[in-house]
Amino acid sequence: MVESALSNIYIYIYIYIYIYIYIYKIWVSSVGRRRVFSNPPPTHEMTENSVVHRGKVLTLGTMNPSVKRVEYAVRGPIVQRAVQLEQELKQGIQKPFTEVIKANIGDCHAMGQQPITFFRQVLALCCYPDLLEDNRFPEDTKTRARRILQACGGGSLGSYSASQGIEIVRQDVARYIEKRDGGIPCNPDNIYLTTGASDGITTMLKLLVSGEGSSRTGVMISIPQYPLYSAALAELSAVQISYYLDEENCWSLAVGELQHALEAARQYCRPRVLCIINPGNPTGQVQSRQCIEDVIKFAAEQNLFLMADEVYQDNVYADGCRFHSFKKVLFEMGSKYSDQVELVSFHSTSKCYMGECGFRAGYMEVVNMDPEVKVQLTKLVSVRLCPPVPGQVLLDLVVNPPLPEEPSYRTFFEERSATLAMLAEKARMTQQILNEVPGITCNPVQGAMYTFPRIQLPPKAIAQEKGQAPDMFYCMKLLEETGICLVPGSGFGQRDGTYHFRMTILPPTDKLKIVLAKIKEFHQSFTEQYS
Amino acid sequence: QCPVVHGKEAVWATTRNLMKSCWLLGYLGLARREMAENEALSRRQKVLTIDTMNANIKKVEYAVRGPIVQRAVQIEKELKEGVKKPFNEVIKANIGDAHAMGQRPVTFFRQVLALCSYPELLDDDKFPEDTKYRAQRILKACGGSSIGAYTASQGIECVRQDVSRYIERRDGGVPCDPDNIYLTTGASDGIVTMLKLLTAGEGRTRTGVMIPIPQYPLYSAAIAELGAVQLNYYLDEDKCWGLDISELQRSLQAASKHCNPRVLCIINPGNPTGQVQSRERIEDVIRFAAKERLFLMADEVYQDNVYAEGCKFYSFKKVLYEMGPEYFNTVELASFHSTSKCYMGECGMRGGYMEVINMDSEVKAQLTKLVSVRLCPPVPGQALMALVTNSPQPGEPSHAQFLKERTATLGDLAQKAKLTEEILNTVPGIRCNPVQGAMYSFPQITLPERAIREAKEKGQAPDMFYCMKLLEETGICLVPGSGFGQKEGTYHFRMTILPPADKLKILLSKVKEFHQRFTKCYS
Repeated sequence: MVESALSNIYIYIYIYIYIYIYIYKIWVSSVGRRRVFSNPPPTHEMTENSVVHRGKVLTLGTMNPSVKRVEYAVRGPIVQRAVQLEQELKQGIQKPFTEVIKANIGDCHAMGQQPITFFRQVLALCCYPDLLEDNRFPEDTKTRARRILQACGGGSLGSYSASQGIEIVRQDVARYIEKRDGGIPCNPDNIYLTTGASDGITTMLKLLVSGEGSSRTGVMISIPQYPLYSAALAELSAVQISYYLDEENCWSLAVGELQHALEAARQYCRPRVLCIINPGNPTGQVQSRQCIEDVIKFAAEQNLFLMADEVYQDNVYADGCRFHSFKKVLFEMGSKYSDQVELVSFHSTSKCYMGECGFRAGYMEVVNMDPEVKVQLTKLVSVRLCPPVPGQVLLDLVVNPPLPEEPSYRTFFEERSATLAMLAEKARMTQQILNEVPGITCNPVQGAMYTFPRIQLPPKAIAQEKGQAPDMFYCMKLLEETGICLVPGSGFGQRDGTYHFRMTILPPTDKLKIVLAKIKEFHQSFTEQYS
Repeated sequence: QCPVVHGKEAVWATTRNLMKSCWLLGYLGLARREMAENEALSRRQKVLTIDTMNANIKKVEYAVRGPIVQRAVQIEKELKEGVKKPFNEVIKANIGDAHAMGQRPVTFFRQVLALCSYPELLDDDKFPEDTKYRAQRILKACGGSSIGAYTASQGIECVRQDVSRYIERRDGGVPCDPDNIYLTTGASDGIVTMLKLLTAGEGRTRTGVMIPIPQYPLYSAAIAELGAVQLNYYLDEDKCWGLDISELQRSLQAASKHCNPRVLCIINPGNPTGQVQSRERIEDVIRFAAKERLFLMADEVYQDNVYAEGCKFYSFKKVLYEMGPEYFNTVELASFHSTSKCYMGECGMRGGYMEVINMDSEVKAQLTKLVSVRLCPPVPGQALMALVTNSPQPGEPSHAQFLKERTATLGDLAQKAKLTEEILNTVPGIRCNPVQGAMYSFPQITLPERAIREAKEKGQAPDMFYCMKLLEETGICLVPGSGFGQKEGTYHFRMTILPPADKLKILLSKVKEFHQRFTKCYS
């Protein structure tokens, strides 16, 4: 008792000193400024002198505080260390491993996945139209290239496009969505092409965030989450409202938990947005149709704007699982919902069987958006002129792939099926091997590209940390000892006292096996060492 | 009457009755919930409305793609549908979109991009050896040798090295560290990112950003979005849009009362005003920034677009370096470049870079973290940036053609700059400074009183009224000066010099005719 009272007093003293220093600083700076303007303009010589003692304009203390709060674990300190290790290996420094394996990020091509031939042929034709004369390109690739070039100013990919995206690409996207959703209509005017899905998500959040203090916009995101969300919210100074996925039930989403999180948040902010990632990142669950319906009902009742991150829509592996788009379910729930609930859904060329992350392409579809707001959105995206055109081209090919009667169809179909089948196999394998390790438990990877297993850490390892999250300590050690780069669960958020890591299932099968065996070995020796 | 029942039967009956009432209650409850739900839904208003959206976004304006361009797109559609107009095509002279105006892409660039997109072409004899060498080098630097892989967030390392060597060459050997180079999604992305980093404080301590008037509206848009304070300094139209230090001083002094001025933005060569700054003037600006403790942002995307005799492009970095260590080691500077302008005109690729100088190392770590959230700039744009900064060298097979294409494009632009200035200056009521550089003319137009009155009655800026009428009557799409800012009571428009020479001539004579007609009509 006495001790805690004492420590409280210390805290108060500390706060008082802090406030005092702060007031003093403000006083000094205002006095300094007044002095600048009451004095005659300084002579040239004085200027030279002041230059020498000049402090920086932009420092950690004076920069945008919201940017400081941004965190992005997927490319955080552990990845920076991995890059360093790679360089050290190149310089011939001895390590207990010969290569760094980056299983931290869903970067398919970097992990050896081959690009789809059809996509790349059309892109080459669009970049250098002289190739349209070349016989090595199938006719359908040329037809596509000509059609796209015709829609570009001056027949060149180098022209700006409309800010919302090339019109024919948006039309193709709309048709693709209609086909995917069994005929539910889609208006090309509701499609905005983006610089990867990240750009779309950030833009929408930007539009949605307003108010101050207790009326500041609150955004509900799942925990664990993809850290783009927390980063964007920090940058926008919006309020993050965490709802927890249920690890015991294969990371499923319970409406009771949403309700609970929402009610708690209403005390200090105005919750207006509900973000869902399906299939889940980093958690790999695929939502059932029923669950999506419940979420939509919840959003409708609670007056929430729905943001559905559906970039892994083709990455569904588990038996009995199927991807249901929020849009489709919304419309099947009848006009009571489909005329009202505001929804935006995101897709990208970076995932699924394409894996074309470097092109930074994607789209979003906005449903039931207020027309005045839509005008504002169109204006907002016009400031950045247009999404990269090669990415727009690629997106067009993704949503309008070769038809069965076209010459490229066979290769395209084979390549796509092979990639998706391989991913399904790796998903199964990862889950199976990890679950064999005592102290690691892993939900099935129903979809997406990651496993997010729970790891049991011995108490000594948890105590070991010095300002480091225990799973960061674990992953750092794993990296230093094996060259395997994972992202600690703390970067995505997790229930207090639980520890995880995120690992992609992307390395080629034989390499993945080695990675998994190495993790197994490491986990055992780590547990032994700290027990 | 209640029948007398015994034992089991009694228990059953009670249970049955209980169950019935439970059902009924449950049903009622459900019905009530559904009713409440329906009611809630019918009362439901949109979550996101003009009143509840981000207020800063509402303040954003971007004239280059504003209402006049939207109308131009509409008219184009109408023409396609066969609607009769007094013209048969819309000419978009509103935006610096070189390829859309018929400029041909540089062959070398596109060959390498095709090779990078579809590396099987590497065995094709049609491609010169140096294009293959470049493509292989870029691909080797990509994960899995594919431009579909993410790159480092700051940009591919070998591209950043190319950029830094390019800057060193350009600046006569002034050293450039590749770690100070950040590749961007076009220059716009870099500018917005830097402004984001710089904006802090509330009320009187809110960051103020000094921008030229007339300005490129990306600046005002970004400042509005970030809720920073826009501080105008006016360029001197009578001195060929020159920048005057006393005007900077005036603007700063006025602003210091209500915000914390921390940033000074310069566009050189100027957009929309086309002036090229002298070395002395750049020195003055740097001295001013040093004295007033301002972070310098130098928008130098038109660095190869210098046409006027006696004008030369000086980079802020070079001048800063030559002013000696007391400046070079202290003044914070970010300079921006892009693949969209110059002789490249590859706007659609969204390639660009920024170089940061004297940036606090902790802030640099924050910048690197910030750009990592958007993962990486588009890789085709990065590849293009590598080619622009590491173009074919004498002795390489592509050199001759590259040089020919570049020279032709720049020569053509220089000629059109002169032509535009000359013809516009023959029109009574239009006065136009020489287009020393960049891609635009920003002439002042004299509007009759009656036109100004009529515009104001319509709630339109007078030059918007003028440009709208021009568009409807001639199909020419320009941007009114009010979208860039101008001194009160003056009116301008911005017009690109990009249309092909013969089309440009027609366009200019149409503008001339229109202006005379307009003046007559409203006098």
